[in-house]
Amino acid sequence: MMRLRTVASAALILTLAACGGATSDAGESTPSAGAKGTVNLAVNPWVGYESDAAVVTYLLEKKLGYTVEKKELKEEISWQGFETGEVDAILENWGHADLKKTYIEQKKVAVEAGSTGNTGIIGWYVPQWMVDQYPDITDYKNLNKYASLFKTSESKGKGQLLGGDPSYVTNDVALINNLKLDYTVVFSGSEAAIIKAAQQAGAQKKPLLFYFYEPQWLFAQEKFVRIKLPPYTAGCDADPKKVACDYPDYDLDKIVSKKFADANSTAYQLIKNFKWTNDDQNLVSDYLTNQGMSADQAAEKWVNEHEATWKPWIPAGS
Amino acid sequence: MTSTITVEHLWKVFGPKPERVVGTELASLPRAELRERTGCLAAVRDVSFAVEAGEVFVVMGLSGSGKSTLVRCLTRLIEPTSGEISIDGEAVRAMNARRLRDLRRHRVAMVFQHFGLLPHRSVLDNVGYGLEIQGIGRAERHRRAGEMLTLVGLDGHENQYPEQLSGGMQQRVGLARALAIDPALLLFDEPFSALDPLIRRDMQTEVRRLHAEVGKTLVFITHDLAEALTLGDRIAVLRDGELVQVGTPEDLVGAPADDYVADFVRDVPRSDVLTLRWIMRDPLAGETCEDQPLPATTVIRDAVPRILRAKLPVQVVEGDRVVGVVDADRLLPALISHHRQVPA
Amino acid sequence: MVAVAGETAPRRVTRRRVLWVLLVVAAVGAYLGFRTAGAADSDDAAAFRFFTGVRNWVDDNRDTSPLFLYGVNYLRLGVRLLVDAVQAGLYGLGFAGLVAAAGAVALVLAGWRTALVAVGGFLAFGFLGLWAESVDTLVLTVSAVLLAVLTGVPIGVLAARVNWVSATLRPVLDVMQIMPTFAYLAPMTLLFLIGEPAAVIATLIYAVPATIRITELGLREVSPTSVEAATALGSTGRQLLTKVRLPMARPTIVLAVNQTIMMALSMVVITALIDAPGLGQNIIRALERVNVGVAFDAGLAIVIMAVVLDRITTGAARRRPATRGRSRWVVAGGALVAVVVVALLPIGQDLPRLSFAGPVNDLTGWIELHWYDATEWIKNVVSAGLLDPLESVLTSTPWWLFVLLVAAFGTLVSGVRSAAVAALAAAGIAGLGLWQHAMQTLATVLVTIVLTMAVGIVLGVWSARHDWFAAGLRPVLDAAQTMPSFVYLLPAVALFGASRFTAIMAGFVYAFPPVVRLVDRGLRDVPATVVEAAVSAGSTPRQLLWKVQLPMARGGLLLAANQGIVLVLAMVVLGGLVGAGALGYDVVAGFSQREDFGQGLAAGFAIVLLGILLDRLTQGFHHAKGPR
Ligand SMILES: Nc1ncnc2c1ncn2[C@@H]1O[C@H](COP(=O)(O)OP(=O)(O)O)[C@@H](O)[C@H]1O
Ligand SMILES: [Mg+2]
Repeated sequence: MMRLRTVASAALILTLAACGGATSDAGESTPSAGAKGTVNLAVNPWVGYESDAAVVTYLLEKKLGYTVEKKELKEEISWQGFETGEVDAILENWGHADLKKTYIEQKKVAVEAGSTGNTGIIGWYVPQWMVDQYPDITDYKNLNKYASLFKTSESKGKGQLLGGDPSYVTNDVALINNLKLDYTVVFSGSEAAIIKAAQQAGAQKKPLLFYFYEPQWLFAQEKFVRIKLPPYTAGCDADPKKVACDYPDYDLDKIVSKKFADANSTAYQLIKNFKWTNDDQNLVSDYLTNQGMSADQAAEKWVNEHEATWKPWIPAGS
Repeated sequence: MTSTITVEHLWKVFGPKPERVVGTELASLPRAELRERTGCLAAVRDVSFAVEAGEVFVVMGLSGSGKSTLVRCLTRLIEPTSGEISIDGEAVRAMNARRLRDLRRHRVAMVFQHFGLLPHRSVLDNVGYGLEIQGIGRAERHRRAGEMLTLVGLDGHENQYPEQLSGGMQQRVGLARALAIDPALLLFDEPFSALDPLIRRDMQTEVRRLHAEVGKTLVFITHDLAEALTLGDRIAVLRDGELVQVGTPEDLVGAPADDYVADFVRDVPRSDVLTLRWIMRDPLAGETCEDQPLPATTVIRDAVPRILRAKLPVQVVEGDRVVGVVDADRLLPALISHHRQVPA
Repeated sequence: MVAVAGETAPRRVTRRRVLWVLLVVAAVGAYLGFRTAGAADSDDAAAFRFFTGVRNWVDDNRDTSPLFLYGVNYLRLGVRLLVDAVQAGLYGLGFAGLVAAAGAVALVLAGWRTALVAVGGFLAFGFLGLWAESVDTLVLTVSAVLLAVLTGVPIGVLAARVNWVSATLRPVLDVMQIMPTFAYLAPMTLLFLIGEPAAVIATLIYAVPATIRITELGLREVSPTSVEAATALGSTGRQLLTKVRLPMARPTIVLAVNQTIMMALSMVVITALIDAPGLGQNIIRALERVNVGVAFDAGLAIVIMAVVLDRITTGAARRRPATRGRSRWVVAGGALVAVVVVALLPIGQDLPRLSFAGPVNDLTGWIELHWYDATEWIKNVVSAGLLDPLESVLTSTPWWLFVLLVAAFGTLVSGVRSAAVAALAAAGIAGLGLWQHAMQTLATVLVTIVLTMAVGIVLGVWSARHDWFAAGLRPVLDAAQTMPSFVYLLPAVALFGASRFTAIMAGFVYAFPPVVRLVDRGLRDVPATVVEAAVSAGSTPRQLLWKVQLPMARGGLLLAANQGIVLVLAMVVLGGLVGAGALGYDVVAGFSQREDFGQGLAAGFAIVLLGILLDRLTQGFHHAKGPR
């Protein structure tokens, strides 16, 4: 943890002062760019991502001999990191067409590195007990019938759809308008708040309709059922104001910095090859959340038990 | 070493654009009206006086009459609006910053009503402060500060801090601090007003003793007439920023210039201050008198036994010359009345 | 004459009262006449586009513009240098060495009792198994506080001496203090990169206003007589500063450092979002796993650190000058030697682990399960009875009417100038295109302030009257003020749902401790002689409180209200994380989504303007009547 960079940066300041101007990445530990050394992994704040990062880190360090620097960052800042050279790879990217456009097409500092094999599912969920009690609730057409169940102090007399994890652009408001649902979106503001509310809805048997996604460790703990919205067809979400269809399934993918990809190191190849299933990820997530393991312990356990899955990721000849 | 001060037509006006007041018709307005019209407050108005070397010059007046402002103008702690001040013949208002600082560092020192000690410094370092900022070395300034503490009777308190001392002791520190730079002129702004009466008397005695021992020129501000009368060689009375009267204690008590001064001195036992000059009358033609005359400078009180015992009037002399006579008839009103008395 | 004067005074009072009544009637009338349904805020206002444009410009120019090449980037390198030096120093001491060093510093600055607290506290980091994280947090805090003192004290001195500097700084400091960090954290990493430098600078921005303000206050309070006496002895301007003003303001400046430390510590968790190392990381990670117990351990470490640093600095401020001097150097020397010796001893940090995670999780789990119905009921009553009506009045008032009313009532309460500033702030909010959201937030903030003041005054009165109560309350206040709110946010969500009420509770917990303290202080500062006089006149304790102590403590109460407002506003963003929506959510979304950056920053400014509005409106009470 201790980094004695004082002398180095002092010298650097002097040098830079002599030749004028310091660019934005001056003085920081330079990214590996291929040399066997450090790989800078962005770690976005959800457990599924941490599972990816745990396993990739374990393999990079134990099997390929790299040092991995994990950087705990929100998505948007991770992408910025490609530009400043502080991030080499993002392991689980959920769409983010806007960021792809900025950083891959316009700034040309990042490139895609293929699918993680995980499928991201976004949708509206209710706790299992509600489905047991009101079997037809899972069809959106019946939601208005049950709107009064979902009334809260925040929903202004309508039913409440708890959404608003700000990390993701959602269509919830438009969906409610266009499907003529007697509901209103309450912006929870964080994933943790949604999870907590979902846990309480299960434990207290309180009605809750909420925006959520898989893979997610919570599903290993408790059952929630997805509401059927009008099925997704290609292009049905083209105009964000007129959306009246379900969210598409996302192919979660990996993004790496251009420099990192161009160097084509074994680290880059491993990240490119990394591909597993939702069940794999949920298993590691379960180790992390519910069994209290550290990232390294969880990764070690999974790696020991799933050699067939990760063997093909290791680049040939290393 | 002693020092002289002359002050001529000194004005200090507080408020917006104070220059416009002096020398215009605004200058003659009473304080309240001036304030109404311009928002300016004339704290010192056209004051002139001269202090002689070695003199104790007292400035007296009610609270708010401009005493503090006046004394601060002397070393430009408050910048005067107009007028001339000279100390030892040197024009103070013409001094540049460095010269002014030299004046404050070496020639004039001040003692304040609320002491103005530095709470974070020991007594010794408070007294040595003036020397320290002159750049005098530690050993030397501690030696001199120690001497000053002995002079004001604070031996053994060197390493205490101001908050550990009583008010009287704190003011002794203030006094020692002023004396430490060996100034020729000492300014006192109501130095004892915040002290208990008994301690105040002690301190007054102390000042008189110091004046006798070290012989400096003193300008002493007070609102307490008794203090003014005990200490002052001459007293200036200030009202609403204007000088009403300057004179010896005797002049003030015997011949107050107006009702304001008269009110001030009303309760003073006249026989304690006035001399025979103030109650004598012209001798009548062919009047017979006692053999032993009294000098005109005798204070009335001291003459009482003689005059009352005498069967005849007593002659009052100045040197060899007879200037008047007194008898019991002249004496009694002076003893019992506090009313205004015009010298005969 | 006397009779006339006797009549005018009451007449003026009645006239004022009539004016009030007329205004209220006019306000109600105007509201009923003009109220609107209130169009929802667009998500594409001119202001949002402008802020996004600024960000894009920075983004495009930070490697070409000389401003960045020669300014910002060197700044970052300098900060990096400082952080690395502090880090090397603290880690270099090792576990035992640092514990000893903490004890030694506390001993020299604040006496042996505090030294025991410091040693105990630093040992606790080890027992909690959070040693490295705690040191990382300490590194960031120390670096930010060093920078804050190095820049803030000179600026505070300047502001105390030059009035226009002070006047110019005031709104700038308001913005720095109230603007939520979330609103500028993302671009911060563009300029200062991910990690410590950006974290330290973000912390600096939040904490340095306290340094500047308190330093200025301290210098302005230096006794003018002492300054005059020193001037009369011929001191130069520099001598006055170094020998009189600064030493005399020392206790207040130490207090400024103390407050700076507390502010800096409260930023630690948020900077973890840009990869600043330390305890904040533990808390954020625990939050992802919805594991309150683990977050609690880390939160406890922050509380302990805050308490230790607080005791050391307040102890240093209180030290009497008499206890200084040569013996102190002997103590300092001895302590230094002891630290070196301990640091060289091969003591490891293999301590038995002590974690509260299990019990805390059990406890919160139990509470969440069994209190839910009661808390749900409270939430519904407050929301329907208080929050909804207030919000609907505020949101259905047209903005121009609101601005007019602010100007009118503001003039009555605080005078024309303050009212003008307040009205301008209100108009500015409308100009930002966030009117509806701002009014929703205002409703939540007002309810929180009322709750905070009510509870704060009651507890403050109790604490001023009963020493045992004050003593028992102190650790609770310490913990409530320094425990990162992220830790108790989740149980609050569990009990109150994702709602405005949860935000109110979070804001309340954060804001009530200073209110209690200031009320307590204000009451205790009422001169003993006055209390004695009232008691000897036969006042009952109740009369004493209502007729003497509370009126005389007005200054303290108003200061408490003022601080309450600032702190509640600081929690608006946190409310955005737990379902309160409105401006808080806008800011959070702006941090998370590049596209929403402009709206997020605009919402940040709207929060600042709300702060200025409330401050100027209440300011009048300070000047209007009575002392202070
Ligand atoms: N700095 C100032 N600004 C404005 N008015 C002042 C200032 N200093 C003193 N005054 C006013 O000048 C008048 C004389 O004050 P001062 O010299 O302190 O009187 P004294 O010492 O005789 O009590 C008072 O009315 C006072 O209010
Ligand atoms: Mg005075």
